[in-house]
Amino acid sequence: MTAATEPRLETGVLVEQVVRRFGDRVVLDRLDLTIENEELVVLLGPSGCGKSTLLRLLAGLDRPDGGRIEVPAKRAIVFQGDRLLPWQRVLRNVTLGLRGADADERARKALSEVNLAGREKAWPKQLSGGEAQRVALARALVSEPELVLLDEPFAALDAITRLRMHDLVRELRRKHHASMLLVTHDVDEAIALADRIVVMSNGRIGEPHRVQLSAADREASVAREELRAALLADLGLASQH
Amino acid sequence: MSDVSLATKPAAFDLAPTASATTPSRVREVFLPGDARRQTTFGTLRRRLRWPLGIYTTPVVILIVWEVLAQAGVLKPTYAPAPTDIAGTTVELWNDGVLGADLLISLQRAGIGLAIGLSIGIVTGVLGGFLRVGEYVFNGLAQILNTIPLLAVLPLFVVWFGIDELTKVLLIAFGAGVPMYLNLFAAIRGVDQRLIEMARTTGAGSWRVVTRVLLPGAIPGFLVGLRFSLAYSILGLVAAETVNADEGLGFLITQAQTYLQTNKVFVGLVIYSILGLLADQFVRTLERVLLRWRPSYEAT
Repeated sequence: MTAATEPRLETGVLVEQVVRRFGDRVVLDRLDLTIENEELVVLLGPSGCGKSTLLRLLAGLDRPDGGRIEVPAKRAIVFQGDRLLPWQRVLRNVTLGLRGADADERARKALSEVNLAGREKAWPKQLSGGEAQRVALARALVSEPELVLLDEPFAALDAITRLRMHDLVRELRRKHHASMLLVTHDVDEAIALADRIVVMSNGRIGEPHRVQLSAADREASVAREELRAALLADLGLASQH
Repeated sequence: MSDVSLATKPAAFDLAPTASATTPSRVREVFLPGDARRQTTFGTLRRRLRWPLGIYTTPVVILIVWEVLAQAGVLKPTYAPAPTDIAGTTVELWNDGVLGADLLISLQRAGIGLAIGLSIGIVTGVLGGFLRVGEYVFNGLAQILNTIPLLAVLPLFVVWFGIDELTKVLLIAFGAGVPMYLNLFAAIRGVDQRLIEMARTTGAGSWRVVTRVLLPGAIPGFLVGLRFSLAYSILGLVAAETVNADEGLGFLITQAQTYLQTNKVFVGLVIYSILGLLADQFVRTLERVLLRWRPSYEAT
């Protein structure tokens, strides 16, 4: 038992043979996944394939029915909805998990990183969808986590705001050195952000796709189109393309 | 409506195509800035004058009609004395020193009863809301007490606690405590689970979760409970004071009833209703302060 609870890695994420069942339905079927330090892995898959289930396991919100999961203790989640406390102003929402006298100072810095300096005193209901999601990002990053889990964080945003958020994520990765797992069903979002893309189906993860493209090539290039076609094929959508 | 017109249109086309071309076939709407008119001082003045009394328009209209009918002799004084008569009686009673003393003792009873009832309701509500043990201990009892009418326990209270102040205060406390417990319990349990989950993932400890998520999230429900508690405490006050009292508003009413002094009965009723109104205003003010974060309160 001690061998199982003993950590094996210094950094990153290790998921081994993880099983998760809901009644008779096996959602995660002996799934393996590793995430390197400072790597951004995108988990791609259709709705209801178990992406969020896996993310909740990594977050420690649920326990697996089998297998082993190893994650850093310092981790943060950005959910699909902003999940801001409507009765707390923006700044207090960001300081929710912080301790110490410099909490406000750190929260202000985190808010300015997501371009929301000056909005500290706003109520969440006064924010637009994109602003609220940026506050959620700030709330996740303010504790300087080693792992950031993003559960379709931009799915509810409009296309233009989503592109701005992608730029913001790239910028934040330069300042924060954390491993990231981004769950999405958007192939273009995956290509825009990932170091590595894994496609999930039937409770397992398929062959990984490494993405080593420049920012410009991610926008438009032959390699991008090939990657896109390969991802669509993995998702079983090849015939439509 | 549009279906009907569409169905008849082809026939109209056949008969007179030129006629249908001249009449506008599609209903259109044009929207212009609504606040263009409001900005003028004349406009604001007119808006004020249109409903100068707000929600109190209907009560005032009823009072005027009542006064007119009473003055005309349609309503007999023993049946319903004129509002001016009631006001006169109020002043008279106040000057005699009767009303002030009665009001004071009634308010004192209501205050003590409310304090006891709200304390018990809030403490048990918080325990029941946060702890499963608390739920098992208090919830069944509160649900049973909730089904027992306030007026039905009065005779029992008289037997148990005598005919003195204790019965009256406990009856008010009973009326105030039960709705406070039920609403606070439901409010705490009703706080969005996703927010609690989120708070835990940020690394906030239990104390943080309670003080920043659960308690503020339960405040709307708490205020609903407070509203009910205040209303029931006044109900309890009336019930307690009409049965056995030698002072207080209820005594004033019972005594007046015995001597057929309808105007004095109305004085008591008016004061009760004013107490109710004040309680409502108090909760409204609390809402304005505590629920600032709600978008509906931003406008005011």
